[in-house]
Amino acid sequence: MAVITPQIVKEHGLSEEEYGRIKQLLNREPNLVELGIFSVMWSEHCSYKSTRAHLRKLPTKAPWVLQGPGENAGVIDIGDGDAAIFKMESHNHPSFIEPYQGAATGVGGIMRDVFTMGARPIAMMNALRFGEPSHHKTRHLVSGVVSGIGGYGNCMGIPTVGGEVNFHKSYNGNILVNAMCVGLAKANNIFLSAAKGAGNPVVYVGSKTGRDGIHGATMASAEFDDASEEKRPTVQVGDPFTEKLLLEACLELMATDAIIAIQDMGAAGLTSSSAEMGDKGGSGIELDLDKVPQREANMTAYEMMLSESQERMLAVLKPGREAEAEAIFKKWELDFAVIGITTDTKRLVVKHKGAVVADMPITALSDEAPIYERPFEHRAPVAGTPKFDPSKKVTDSLVKLLGTPDMASRRWIWEQYDYTVMADTVQCPGGDAAVVRVHDTNKGLAITTDVSPRYCRANPFEGGKQAVAEAWRNITAVGAKPLAVTDNLNFGNPQKPEIMGEIVGCIEGIAEACRALDFPVISGNCSLYNETNGEGILPTPAIGGVGLMADVHRMATVAFKREGDAILVIGETRGHLGQSIYLREIEGKEEGGAPPVNLAEEKKNGDFVRKLIADGRVDTVHDISDGGLIVAIAEMAMAGKIGAEIGVAGTTPDAIPFFFGEDQARYVIAAPAELAIRIDDEAKDAGIFVAMIGKSGGDSLIIAREGEVRLSVLRKAHEEWLPAYMSGEEVPASN
Amino acid sequence: MKSAVIVFPASNCDRDAQNALKQLTGKDPHMVWHGETDLPDVDLVVLPGGFSYGDYLRCGAMASQSNIVRAVKAHAERGGAVLGICNGFQVLTEMHLLPGALMRNADLKFVCRPVTMTVEETQSAFSRKYQSGQTVSFPVAHGDGNYFADDETLKRLEGENRVVFRYVEGDNPNGSANDIAGILNEKRNVLGLMPHPERVVDPLLGGTDGVAMFQGLIESLG
Repeated sequence: MAVITPQIVKEHGLSEEEYGRIKQLLNREPNLVELGIFSVMWSEHCSYKSTRAHLRKLPTKAPWVLQGPGENAGVIDIGDGDAAIFKMESHNHPSFIEPYQGAATGVGGIMRDVFTMGARPIAMMNALRFGEPSHHKTRHLVSGVVSGIGGYGNCMGIPTVGGEVNFHKSYNGNILVNAMCVGLAKANNIFLSAAKGAGNPVVYVGSKTGRDGIHGATMASAEFDDASEEKRPTVQVGDPFTEKLLLEACLELMATDAIIAIQDMGAAGLTSSSAEMGDKGGSGIELDLDKVPQREANMTAYEMMLSESQERMLAVLKPGREAEAEAIFKKWELDFAVIGITTDTKRLVVKHKGAVVADMPITALSDEAPIYERPFEHRAPVAGTPKFDPSKKVTDSLVKLLGTPDMASRRWIWEQYDYTVMADTVQCPGGDAAVVRVHDTNKGLAITTDVSPRYCRANPFEGGKQAVAEAWRNITAVGAKPLAVTDNLNFGNPQKPEIMGEIVGCIEGIAEACRALDFPVISGNCSLYNETNGEGILPTPAIGGVGLMADVHRMATVAFKREGDAILVIGETRGHLGQSIYLREIEGKEEGGAPPVNLAEEKKNGDFVRKLIADGRVDTVHDISDGGLIVAIAEMAMAGKIGAEIGVAGTTPDAIPFFFGEDQARYVIAAPAELAIRIDDEAKDAGIFVAMIGKSGGDSLIIAREGEVRLSVLRKAHEEWLPAYMSGEEVPASN
Repeated sequence: MKSAVIVFPASNCDRDAQNALKQLTGKDPHMVWHGETDLPDVDLVVLPGGFSYGDYLRCGAMASQSNIVRAVKAHAERGGAVLGICNGFQVLTEMHLLPGALMRNADLKFVCRPVTMTVEETQSAFSRKYQSGQTVSFPVAHGDGNYFADDETLKRLEGENRVVFRYVEGDNPNGSANDIAGILNEKRNVLGLMPHPERVVDPLLGGTDGVAMFQGLIESLG
């Protein structure tokens, strides 16, 4: 076997110190197979070595949390014996190299994380970030990622119900593809990955193992450079047909009591699934690679252990149940093989062609993996109130904003996703949060993904808080009670103190907001080294939130529903223009402080709005976020095909900050006049800032002292940009 | 009315069809695995939407070679009703129970959205509860729904009033010839259509325009 040279160690992404530690743990030099196993298990992607010390700050518990971080996905109790299982995960690096397959396998991977726990996936979401539209790769990447997400999810028959998309030059060389999956299970039938007990058969099910994706986890833990396209062979190829069969076969097996533990083979494939199962179960695992179903001839042990071929699962069964399990997988025409056994040695032993090719203590791969307290530096938050031209017309700016890359309608994207399959989607893409009914009940799950990276760059702590607050607000705005989040922390190189400072700041902000809003983190994923040629992305800690509504018949949507409804704004409008979309798109400045998030105010305002919806009094609500108040109203008008007349209420700031400021903790509500007056009184009694600012009606948006703009003009600006861009008709200016 | 839903590997609207049938007939349909050779005693067979065999070959081509397909053909030949939705429509053309083919959407993209159609023909069990000329809205969700047939076949379909659903002008989502959304066989006991009637049987889910199709079947088939 090859001698391990410093060059080989380096190629495995391990530092000299790390290699020294491996020798110490083994009491000898590792062989190449062992080095490969260490390299993936100790990679940033699998070990969280740079973030683990800070992730501990996140609140993870609540009475309704059944399973927090550490398993394949988190689990919450949603009453009546039902559980919701969810997680979000990144597939950034592969999607940049090969957008269709990168995105598709990202979707497939997160689905497996959810159904390996016994859940049937019921909804998919995503958070996507692309470079500026004028960059020569952007159109190709958008097209490939969207069709990859659709190609996989549509074939699986699981609705993709929403998501978010931003464009910014910081993602030119490093796009972000974060996919979230939500599943449903019975709370008393959740499957975990702890391979407890010795002498139990370890079975392999699903697709055969090939040479694809070798070292994917290591690639995901390194920066990119111009030669990164050469890494195309490390991107896996997805097969949603096999995954659909695997889903049905696994759920069928899970209906029996034959399984002790089960885990999908995701990043680092057979290596991480076996090591993690043994680690959690406090057992050892012995694998015989000759038994592994193989797609290609003459695969080495190294290749098999590191392959990231998709659509595979590893399970530990109760002894004697193999035949029963095999019959199920044969029915679904999937491979099934007993490839090993659990032991009491707490060692991972791998045999190939009669020889032991790896033998190491499992704790060396997990507990003993390095944890780094990397030095970090908190930059002073950007502050100050930027200047703006007060003579610009609000109506003109509104039309322009609605047609900018970050604000334009995403219809071109979501119409490529089957969002109605499974016949439970009660709120389709385009609203504040998607809502899917819990099958055969009146309960609904509200789902959203959010983060404002520009705020996180200006002020990581407030930006982290804001991401959580906005997810919470979106769930509230449809009438659901926010229950828990999954986070997908996308950052640059953690070895740079200023990037590490962003990571720490964002995590601490997320932690504070999650605590204040009773919104624990139950699963998540870190994606670091999102840099190309030394340029890092904007800090992008995407938050996926899930909430519960008791009765889907009492739900709010953004569309105006009646002419003559009074329009109320809940929450105070102070006119915060720093880091706003308005400032960036109209004034061309990415300046000023991020809007501060007052969590007590968030909670008070949100609880008030949610009760109005849950009591069946209000059916029209929109949260105010990117673009500010007037963008929210324009979206409500376009969705309902009913216009509005808006007056500037009482003592307010100037028109531009009033209409375009991005102050937090605000909602727009529309309700019949008499009811609106009562709501106005109730809000004031509760000490909540409320303003009645207009009424719905007509087919224009009329703004007092500012002018009028027809809905058809707004709609044209809003709907046309993305299809025109994607058809290659227009290359917009960079942002 | 007794019904069966055929389940191919990677059918994925089988549950949606099952729910709609259960809701509207009050009875659970039989869920029949593609490997079976016999159908239970039923009045209606539904070929559901999905991606049978991944649709890696021509859509529906693999499914049309399944064991159960012979029994479905025999059922149709006996005059039994067969409803093919989306992938089911593709399978029906591959089985030659319906003429023509479904090609890739004209813009080459998967499309999911509600479409508006007119009911062109009410002389069938599937459409008798609609008014002739009525406009209805069902969602589509497909990548290969672009109906194609040679001129002679199109002429026959039109001449024999076998086009049951037609996309209204300007709302054709896939480039189908003559804006065709759904067609009957000669004996008018087999219907294939791309839009999903089974997804519009509940006001909460975007409408109830699909209900009349199932009511017509129940009325005709008992």
